[in-house]
Amino acid sequence: MDKFTTLTGIAAPMPLVNIDTDMIIPKQFLKTIQRSGLGKNLFDEMRYTPDGKEIPDFVLNQPAYRKAQILVAGDNFGCGSSREHAPWALLDFGIRCVISTSFADIFYNNCFKNGILPVVLPPEAVAHLMEDARKGENARITVDLEAQTVTASDGTTFHFDVDPFKKHCLLNGLDDIGLTLEKAAAIDAYEAKAATLRPWV
Amino acid sequence: MAPRTLYDKIWDDHVVHQAEDGTCLLYIDRHLVHEVTSPQAFEGLRMAGRKVRAPEKTIAVPDHNVPTTLGRENPDQMPEESRIQVAALDKNAKDFGINYYPVTDIRQGIVHIVGPEQGWTLPGMTVVCGDSHTATHGAFGALAHGIGTSEVEHVLATQTLIQKKSKNMKVEITGSLRPGVTAKDITLSIIGHTGTAGGTGYVIEYCGQAIRELSMEGRMTVCNMAIEGGARAGLIAPDEKTFEYIKGRPHAPKGAKWEAALAYWKTLYTDEGAHFDKVVTIRGEDIAPVVTWGTSPEDVLPITGVVPDPESFTGGKVEAARRSLDYMGLKPGMKLTDIEIDTVFIGSCTNGRIEDLRAAAEILKGRKIKVKRAMVVPGSGLVRAQAEEEGLAQIFIDAGFEWRLAGCSMCLAMNPDQLAPGERCAATSNRNFEGRQGRGGRTHLMSPAMAAAAAVTGRLTNVRELMGEMV
Repeated sequence: MDKFTTLTGIAAPMPLVNIDTDMIIPKQFLKTIQRSGLGKNLFDEMRYTPDGKEIPDFVLNQPAYRKAQILVAGDNFGCGSSREHAPWALLDFGIRCVISTSFADIFYNNCFKNGILPVVLPPEAVAHLMEDARKGENARITVDLEAQTVTASDGTTFHFDVDPFKKHCLLNGLDDIGLTLEKAAAIDAYEAKAATLRPWV
Repeated sequence: MAPRTLYDKIWDDHVVHQAEDGTCLLYIDRHLVHEVTSPQAFEGLRMAGRKVRAPEKTIAVPDHNVPTTLGRENPDQMPEESRIQVAALDKNAKDFGINYYPVTDIRQGIVHIVGPEQGWTLPGMTVVCGDSHTATHGAFGALAHGIGTSEVEHVLATQTLIQKKSKNMKVEITGSLRPGVTAKDITLSIIGHTGTAGGTGYVIEYCGQAIRELSMEGRMTVCNMAIEGGARAGLIAPDEKTFEYIKGRPHAPKGAKWEAALAYWKTLYTDEGAHFDKVVTIRGEDIAPVVTWGTSPEDVLPITGVVPDPESFTGGKVEAARRSLDYMGLKPGMKLTDIEIDTVFIGSCTNGRIEDLRAAAEILKGRKIKVKRAMVVPGSGLVRAQAEEEGLAQIFIDAGFEWRLAGCSMCLAMNPDQLAPGERCAATSNRNFEGRQGRGGRTHLMSPAMAAAAAVTGRLTNVRELMGEMV
């Protein structure tokens, strides 16, 4: 997993509430057995006509946002299916940070496993950043994970909260499985105890 | 010890390690696996030279991609990409030595129907699967939730998950349900009440008389949609109905182990005075047969209602409702019962169990469909066999339904069962998102009885009108 430290980039505004993982990556693209290559199908049904032509109005098709690295989105982003293909598609497109007032739990968690930072901010802050994002490519937003801040192009800075363990892993690009295997003795001990207490499991 | 909720108790019994900041390593008792969210996880194991830590606690079944038409054991029935994905699961199950129900096995079906049916899911367990509808297993008083593929790999390798504890939420349904009202109407009504993010950050415990009165099938329907309300997991305390359902299933404990398990299971309830961070109470008598009108599961109304005006909402929901009505091809003020239906889909992990098929068949008996197409997709090969034995299959076929083989089918339309653009479907599944059942397809969610009612009238219909003397 790539580290996430600081990021300054173009932010694309997506004010729609309840953007679900079926919108982010429709099911026909879940048939892959790879993690890569999904970026071209990110938001596929909002981004392309049924015959594969770009829909010019869609934000990521507009010249200013084609290289966006940040999304500023409406409430409850990432609801629905647990498909990790959603963060894989965002990452493959080049999105490293999503900012919203709220995220669905599973999606939120999946982001951290893939080097994407989901940032939760209050509605007024998201509204401010949404306006900033609407200014296009001249309005760069800066996200600093170490300092836990998001700074708009006008210099307004917002502080966000993040779980210390998740932050640590993302800052250092750590592999969860490796960390857990360091506790193999504790897992062995738990299994031995559970086998006595609940032998039917 | 301070009074604890059911969730607290299951959590406490599974903590392997707790860090100072509260991050826990949680032990996983059952890991269910399907073909869509697992190939990258198994590949990760191979690349790191890791094994599956507890193959005996890992159960795999292909369900999302599989065709539901006869003759599907012929691989030519599947598009190449689907075939590769199912073949990858075949190979991974064999290479890593996990329990497996291939397409050719009569026990194959939707992972969340197979788990309980085979007795893999037991009270007090932790159950995970790379699928958000894992919440279904909470009906047994198991802590069950969906995970992403990275976590699938983590569980395969370590049999644990890194977790922080969620908050406790209680949803109580008091009193009894009125005729024509089912578990599906309960779960949709709750989401209509709390919104799709109302449960975010919580584990829900469903309780109250109306929940107690539900069968195990009904309880699975309620817990199944906890995720649609934002909660990763939904729970119902086990009781005699739970134990009765489990007893004798292939992987249920037997003999002395059964007695020991039963003694433990009987401790799995929320203590008097335990703390809930959020409480929602709904009167069972107030729940009507409901349908969804929009493209979010929170867009729920009684069937007697009208399509709402987007301006009646606030905040970001105004624009979302406008977009929904445009997508759904509906106008504000239209009576829901005037909405004409093209297709009916009965099935899915929400409503693909035997009781669901019985409820639909009850309405369909002696009637004919007035829609362009209607299909029943049983949740497992065993549900299908039982429905055939009970004569339900013949009722469906006589009414004009297609009688399919088990799988996820048109719930998410990864296999060939899809809606065409603009096609309107009465569905017993769980999501009405844009494009969910096929690009441009329009989904109305409802109970099996309501879907059957729509099938025979050709429009959204109050099932009570067809119930005659039953009302």
